[in-house]
Amino acid sequence: MLPIIFVMPIIQLLILANAATFDVKNIKFGYVDYDHTTTSRALIEKFNASTYFNVLTNYPTEKFANNAILKGEVDVLITIPSYFERDLQVEKNNNIGVTINAIDGAAAGLENVYVTQIIQSFNKKLKIELMQPSDMQVQSINITTIPSFWYNKTLNYKTFMVPGILVLLVTMITLFLSGMNIVREKEIGTLEQINVTPIKKSQFIIGKLFPFWVIGLGLLTVGLIIAKLVFNVPMIGSLGLMYFYTSIYILVVLGIGLFISNFTDTQQQAMFIAWFFMVIFILMSGLFTPIESMPIWAQYITDFNPIKYFVEVMRMVMLKGSGFVDIIPQLLKTLLYAFIMNGLAVWSYKKTT
Amino acid sequence: MSNNKVIEVEGLTKMFGDFIAVNAITFNVEKGEIFGFLGANGAGKTTAMKMLIGISNPTSGAANVAGFDVFTNAEDIKKNIGYMSQKFALYDDLTVKENITFFGGIYGLSRKKIKEKSTILIEELGLQNVSNQLVGSLPLGWKQKIAFSVALLHNPKIVFLDEPTGGVDPITRRQFWEMIYKAANQGTTIFVTTHYMDEAEYCDRVSIMVNGKIEALNTPKKLKEQFKAKSMNDVFLKLARG
Repeated sequence: MLPIIFVMPIIQLLILANAATFDVKNIKFGYVDYDHTTTSRALIEKFNASTYFNVLTNYPTEKFANNAILKGEVDVLITIPSYFERDLQVEKNNNIGVTINAIDGAAAGLENVYVTQIIQSFNKKLKIELMQPSDMQVQSINITTIPSFWYNKTLNYKTFMVPGILVLLVTMITLFLSGMNIVREKEIGTLEQINVTPIKKSQFIIGKLFPFWVIGLGLLTVGLIIAKLVFNVPMIGSLGLMYFYTSIYILVVLGIGLFISNFTDTQQQAMFIAWFFMVIFILMSGLFTPIESMPIWAQYITDFNPIKYFVEVMRMVMLKGSGFVDIIPQLLKTLLYAFIMNGLAVWSYKKTT
Repeated sequence: MSNNKVIEVEGLTKMFGDFIAVNAITFNVEKGEIFGFLGANGAGKTTAMKMLIGISNPTSGAANVAGFDVFTNAEDIKKNIGYMSQKFALYDDLTVKENITFFGGIYGLSRKKIKEKSTILIEELGLQNVSNQLVGSLPLGWKQKIAFSVALLHNPKIVFLDEPTGGVDPITRRQFWEMIYKAANQGTTIFVTTHYMDEAEYCDRVSIMVNGKIEALNTPKKLKEQFKAKSMNDVFLKLARG
């Protein structure tokens, strides 16, 4: 069992951190060119040169192209109208059609930005080429933004994801192990043997907590080593602070697990309930979707999500180098949560039925 | 005389909804006695026993075990009794020694005492060779003997045995009863349920439960006279068939 407990999360961390990317790459690109001129070919060449778009397919008519979108062979479609080059020279203005498969809204938004950027840069080139000497004076003023990305300079999504996934793994393993534990003893019958001894309820719960608490901190250690060695995630803040917070956080998760375990009669029931909470905790943790974008009522629910605080603290301490004072709000809430959940765990453990 | 009663039960009842599992049973058990608690499957033996060992709350009635009330002082009872369930309930994934150390610890024995006791115990049971093996790997008869020894670890006043010899071979059963006699001779009260009628003959007194009620209670000899039966088996059949 112990190897499974440690090997599984390592594999998950390695796979998830590499695979669960928010970058939109390898966009399947198609075009319909009714114009067939140097300008239209130059525009398509622009897309060809971009690293985001990799498959370029030429369709004779829009009908074929639409069919291809339906089949999922094309994500982004550009339609260049007839007389594109001529109209551009005469009217200095023209439209091209862009069709994007928007089933994944977030990806579609990004793809639109990429397309717009490429067309804008193509515009600039055109302006210079088409410029008449008389236009010299009215050159437009160009404003360029120079973004500076703090705490994750290269916008490396792994820097963002690895601390989050690490949180997930520590939570998942400790919640499931503790959730299955007492109910397992109910099934085997050893719990009855324990119940006829004079053991105190709190002693029993502490005895159950301790081994999982050690395993949880062990997982954190392994995860941090992988984060550093494999993903080179910066660790700016204090390791001691990270362990201090985690040691309290794990108590919350274990309290929830033991509480579930006390209320269920079989391991299947316990597993179902543990999964129910796990899915809500994960999706509402701010790990994959920003909490700020959730509806207000959902934001209130996230206040009761321990994973949210752990993700926040992990990212703050690891990436921003936040100190003890910065994480006091999260720390206090987690501490309160730990007291409540473990109090409930002790209370719900009944030696007499 | 009343000082010698370690279990006093008066009208003890347990109901699950409308179903009366244990119906106003009344009996006493004296110190050092081997008390046989008989009954068909589903007669309410295990439920009655669970009330006496403080893991099931009675619906009504009164019971006093080892000098403590089951309603108000269940935890004090637990310090003074040992229990062995019909399901083997030591930890299969611990060794013999670890199980002894674990349960000794729960009952508050000192490390030194636990070490002493486990050495004696393992020697008496002849388990020197397997004391570091996982309990789960041992045959059932051995496991039951270990479970009984663990139940006696803290020198309890009363030991409750719920079908201790179920599924065990005749030789091991005999050895088991030798252990029971030895404990009784040392002053431990034995409260035992069984389905083996030859075992019932070994008891000082026997009660027979039918449908939640105690229908007969006496020494095996007197019960046989009362029901004009040759053996306890006949007594049981007459009662259980109604």
